[in-house]
Amino acid sequence: MGRLLEPGAVSRPILEVEAVAKHFPGKGGRLLRAVENVSLALAPGETLGIVGESGSGKSTLGRLMLGLHKPTAGRVRFEGVDLASLSPAALRRLRRHMQPVFQDPYASLDPRFTVGASIAEPLAIHRIGDAAQRRRRVAELLDIVGLEPDAARRYPHEFSGGQRQRIGIARAIAPEPKLIVADEPVSALDVSIQSQILNLLIDLKSRLSLSYVFISHDLAVVEHISDRVAVMYLGQVVELAETAALYKRALHPYTRALISAIPEPEPARRRERIILSGDAPNPEEPPPGCPFHPRCPEVMPRCRTDPPPRAELGSRASPHLAVCHLHGDPGGR
Amino acid sequence: MSLLAVEELSLAFDDDGESRQVVEEASFALEAGRTLGLVGESGCGKTVTAMSIMRLLPSPPARVLNGRILFEGIDLLRLPAAEMRAIRGDRIGMVFQEPMTSLNPVLSVGFQIEEVLRLHRGLRGAEARGQAIEMLRHVGIGAPERRLGQYPHQLSGGLRQRVMIAIALVCRPRLLIADEPTTALDVTIQAQILDLLRRLKRELGMALLLITHDLGIVAEMCDEVAVMYAGRIVERAPAGVLFQRPRHPYTAGLLAARPRLVPKGGKLATIPGTVPPPGRRGAGCSFAERCSRALPRCGSERPALTPGGEDQWAACWNPVP
Repeated sequence: MGRLLEPGAVSRPILEVEAVAKHFPGKGGRLLRAVENVSLALAPGETLGIVGESGSGKSTLGRLMLGLHKPTAGRVRFEGVDLASLSPAALRRLRRHMQPVFQDPYASLDPRFTVGASIAEPLAIHRIGDAAQRRRRVAELLDIVGLEPDAARRYPHEFSGGQRQRIGIARAIAPEPKLIVADEPVSALDVSIQSQILNLLIDLKSRLSLSYVFISHDLAVVEHISDRVAVMYLGQVVELAETAALYKRALHPYTRALISAIPEPEPARRRERIILSGDAPNPEEPPPGCPFHPRCPEVMPRCRTDPPPRAELGSRASPHLAVCHLHGDPGGR
Repeated sequence: MSLLAVEELSLAFDDDGESRQVVEEASFALEAGRTLGLVGESGCGKTVTAMSIMRLLPSPPARVLNGRILFEGIDLLRLPAAEMRAIRGDRIGMVFQEPMTSLNPVLSVGFQIEEVLRLHRGLRGAEARGQAIEMLRHVGIGAPERRLGQYPHQLSGGLRQRVMIAIALVCRPRLLIADEPTTALDVTIQAQILDLLRRLKRELGMALLLITHDLGIVAEMCDEVAVMYAGRIVERAPAGVLFQRPRHPYTAGLLAARPRLVPKGGKLATIPGTVPPPGRRGAGCSFAERCSRALPRCGSERPALTPGGEDQWAACWNPVP
C-alpha cells in the first residue's frame, strides 16, 4: 500500500490516515464498524474528494481526520504528528490548522451571537490578536467571502442559506488553517447558489494555500472540485484514484454504478445506467467477503467468502486503488 | 381537453394582516400519459402549486386569489370538500419528498394501503389485503406478505418511498403528482425509484407531474418542462428544446451553473444574488436584479409568457437568442 501513502512523492503529506478504524457500540451488543481499515494521504494544496452514500462512514472519517473522534485502531497524522499522541490542550492548539465546514452552517452558528462574534470566536479560542485586531480581521474575512461589512452586526437568521455558508467558511478560515475538512458544504443549497460557494472554495484554496478534504454524496460536485477521489462503501474505501481516471475508467463495480446513476441532462454524456438492486446493508451486520457482494452485478463465488484484495493499479505517477476481486491478487501487483 | 390544466393560478399566504403572493398567474397543461416537470429552486412556488392542485393547503393562511385548476375538465378549486376527497388518492395520487413524515408512524404498511382501498373502493378484509400485496409486488417490494405487518420505521428510505408510491397508485390514478420524490434518497436508490416511476407510468398509462430542483432528473423523465422563479412560470417548453436552447436567462443560468459543464476546477457560471422573498418581488420581472440581460423596462414592467416557436414560451423582454 506504499504508493498511495506518498502522493506526489515530493512533499510530505499534510494529512495521513493509516489503517484507521472507528467502531461504535451498536444495538444488542453488536459493533457498528463505521470506518474500517482506511488508509490515505493528502498532499499540501490537494483536494481529496470522499464520496459515498448514507452510512458509508464518510462523515465519521472526516471527524477522525479533524481529531474529533479517537480512532479505534490506526493513526491519523497531521504534518507528521500523530493526533493520538497529543494532550487535549495540544490537540486544541493544532486544530487551529485544521478547520471544519459543515453542511448546515445554521446549526453550527450560535443564533444569539452576531455574525461578527461567531467569526471572531475561533480567533478568541486560539488567542489570536486583541479585540481591535480581531474586529479588523472579521471585516477582512467578510470581504474575502463576499459579504458586506455590516454583516458583522447582524444575526444568522437574517441571512439566506448561501450567505450563511459564506459565514461558516469565514469562520473556518479565520485562524488561517492549512486544512479544511468540508462535509457536504453545498448539499443544502440551490444550484445557482451552489456554484457561487464552489467558486468561492476553489478561489480560497489557491489564495490561502489550503488543502481540502471535500466530503459529499454528489458525484458531479466532487468531480468538479477534487484532484483525487476516494469512494467509500460500508466503512471502507473501495476505490481511490485521480479524478479523471476514476470518472473515465472506474474499476470497482460500485463506483461504476454510482457514476452511472447521476441524472445527466447532456444526452451526449449519458451512459448506460447500472441499477443496483436492494439497499446498502446495515453496517452492524456487514456481509461476509466483499461488503458489496449482495448488490454487485459482477459478483463471483469468492466475493461471498473472501475479503477483496487491495489492488494497486494505474501508473506510478497516477496510482489507482481498487479493493475488489475483479482486480489483482491478494498480494497486490 | 388536457387531463390537467392550471389556468392563471394566483395564491397568497395571509399572515398577521399581511398578504404575500407566492404564486402569480401560473398556467400549464398536462396531457394524459405525459410527464411534465415543474422545476425551480427553493421558494419558487412549485410545491405550493402542487399542493393547491390537491387542495392540501390549509386555508387560512393560504388563499386562492384567482384562477382555475381543471382536472378532466372539472375545476377542482370549486369542488365541494367531499367530492375533492373522492378524487384525492383515487384519480390523483401524490408522493412527497420525505416518506417518513407523510406515512403514519403508528399504522402498519398494510393498514395504510388497505385504508385507501377501503375509502375509495369499499374493499375490506382478504380482498383489500390481496390488492395491497399485489401493489407492493408491483412497486418492487420483495416478500410483500411480511411487509404488510411492518411499520415505517422498520423500513429503509428507499422502501418507504416504494410504500408511498404503492399507496399513491393502488387506485390506479390518472395523474400522479410527485414532489421531489427522490431528493432524500441516496443516488443508487434514486436511480431505482426513477426507474420504477418510469415503468409504472408506462404500465398504468398515467400522467406524471414531477416537481424537482434537479435538471438531470427533468432531462431523463420529462416530456415537457415548466420553469418557476419567484412564484411565476418564466419558461415552458418541450424538454429537448429547453435543454438545447433555453430562452429565459434564468433557465440558461441554471443550466450553466451545473458543475459538469466546465473544465474541472474552472469557474462555474453563477447567478449573482438570491431569489427575492414573497412580498419583495417588485412590479417588474422578479429576476431583473440578478439578470445579465436586463433592460431598463425589466425593472418596472412585468413580462408575460409569450411564444417563441417550437412550443416554447418565455416571460422575458430580452430572451436569449
